[in-house]
Amino acid sequence: MDGSLGLIARLPALEVDWGTLVSVNLPTLLFVVVGVPLALVGYIVGADVLVRRLPKRSQPSVRPWVWVGPAILFVGLILVYPMVGTIVRSFFDRHGDKFIGLDNFRRVLTDGGVLIALRNNVYWLVFYTGLVLIFGLLLAVLADRVRFEKTVKTLIFMPMAISFVAMSIIWQFVYYYRPPDVPQTGTLNAILVNIFHGQPLTWIQDPRFNNFALIFIGVWGATGFAMVILSAALKGIPAELLEAARVDGANEMTIFRRVILPLMMPTIVVVGTTMVIFALKAFDVVYVMTAGNYNTDILARRMYSELYSAGNYANASALAVVLLLAVVPVLIFNLRQFRAVEERR
Amino acid sequence: MSVATAAPPTAPPVRSAPAKLRWSERISAGVSSAGLNVAVVALTLAWIVPTLGLLINSFRQGGAFNTSGWWTALAPPFSFTLDSYRAVLGASDLAPSFFNSFMITIPATLIPTAIAAFAAYAFAWMKFWGRNWIFLALVGLLAVPLQLTFIPLLTLAVKLGLNSGNTLPGGLNAGFLAVWIAHTGYGLPFAIYLLANFFRVLPTDLFESAEIDGAGPVTVFFRLVLPLSVPALASLVIFQFLWVWNDLLVALIYVGGTPEVAPLTVTLTNLVGSLGQHREYLTAAAFVSMIVPLIVFFTLQRYFVRGILAGSVKG
Repeated sequence: MDGSLGLIARLPALEVDWGTLVSVNLPTLLFVVVGVPLALVGYIVGADVLVRRLPKRSQPSVRPWVWVGPAILFVGLILVYPMVGTIVRSFFDRHGDKFIGLDNFRRVLTDGGVLIALRNNVYWLVFYTGLVLIFGLLLAVLADRVRFEKTVKTLIFMPMAISFVAMSIIWQFVYYYRPPDVPQTGTLNAILVNIFHGQPLTWIQDPRFNNFALIFIGVWGATGFAMVILSAALKGIPAELLEAARVDGANEMTIFRRVILPLMMPTIVVVGTTMVIFALKAFDVVYVMTAGNYNTDILARRMYSELYSAGNYANASALAVVLLLAVVPVLIFNLRQFRAVEERR
Repeated sequence: MSVATAAPPTAPPVRSAPAKLRWSERISAGVSSAGLNVAVVALTLAWIVPTLGLLINSFRQGGAFNTSGWWTALAPPFSFTLDSYRAVLGASDLAPSFFNSFMITIPATLIPTAIAAFAAYAFAWMKFWGRNWIFLALVGLLAVPLQLTFIPLLTLAVKLGLNSGNTLPGGLNAGFLAVWIAHTGYGLPFAIYLLANFFRVLPTDLFESAEIDGAGPVTVFFRLVLPLSVPALASLVIFQFLWVWNDLLVALIYVGGTPEVAPLTVTLTNLVGSLGQHREYLTAAAFVSMIVPLIVFFTLQRYFVRGILAGSVKG
């Protein structure tokens, strides 16, 4: 609360002193503007000079590693090494020195809070993915037929550019609750009370629907992404095909179900798997909106609190591995799709 | 972003003009098109109302929106003010974190883009042992949850003195370096994937003639590959920029609550917690955090869309 008190006390301050801000941070600024670009260009030019000094015959076998080397180093250090580390860690006790087999998983998977988080992840998986696909497809098909398509797409796509934190703040004002005897200030409750003459609802706290209220924030953010991809696939369908179906007397609904949908299926699958991965990794919305309270917790947030609030690395590792196991089927599916596309080349 | 089925985008074929219709069909088409327009407009409005509500609230007098909804401000008498913006920019941690967001985002975009370009060049144009398998592994890594990497990396960062309290020789806060390195690793699989797919379809004869002229790979890379790949590079840069700028999780993990290094998303999240009573500043703060990504989005939308399509739609 002292943050807000400080804010009020300092309200008269109007201008940001950018001069001081920059001079205090000058070393950082120099690093960013000069150091980083110089290091990147310097590396590749310098490394190539060194490769040229090698005997002509060994150059072609050394050179590729100079180019992929940094990438392999970074991916190895930031993704592969810690991934293996976490998997190993999940079989050890809290302090990381005693092997305890599957005990961490047994403890984590019987914890009431984790089970609720798992259930909510399933909600996210099903409803987030489903609604993003439905809205994305609907908007792609409908926008394709109006003259102001570009404007529509830009506006729907816009949430893609803003952070989940900002999204959450935006939606706090949509879901805001006030008691029935005072005017509602939240958009949704105002509609509910003034237009439908209902009672205001506590969208974020009520465990009957708060998960769906949170999921919808994610849906709102990702629909534009799905729409843009699906729309491109839709425009890739040859016009003659649709024309031929119309000439044969098919109505628009039949054309959509029998021609458009099957032809778009591969793209829908790609968007769908991407959304499944997003749903499993979801973190920000729940973290900002409820911090996992009111039965809205999800795995990624739960893992974060095991790590930071509880400091329980064993539990956190086990949860991360559970998350990985959930992603593995999608991962295998993606790799298969990728190889299938490669073979068609 | 983890989109994982390949192929460069193809230009959509031009739709042929609709055939001539009978007048009865024209009327029914007109009615349904009116319905269609209404439906599309309604959906779009529903989509922007949440943002619009917040935008209007951010320009209202201090306590106004605690007692009445944002829509009441649309009726006269109007009383809009910049007070909330003045307050958040002048008084909170927001201005330093605005600066921090840039200091984090620029290198965390530049480094992975450059390193990915080097690697993609090798994947597309050089032969080496295990090339296809390494590439396939990268595609697989697109789906791996970042959460899996936190514990060992945090331990390592502390061991190496890269926690955000430390100052490195040269005056750089170690937290910045940790976040740059982390974002580079996390961003590389998608970046390499996107660029390699683009580099691969560049014309082969161009490279051959350049090599005959005696140009080395560095010259070819800087003089031919990069200029020819501006669209792909642009979309990647936008993607990575937005992703890093909007990121909360990675910043929370590697920077934590250290205000000297905290980007906008972290400061904003703290404001949500501490400003429960003063939501008006929150409205302005949210928009301050959105300004840069929205400018990037609206000016470079074309490239952004192209990048998404290059990563996902099958040709």
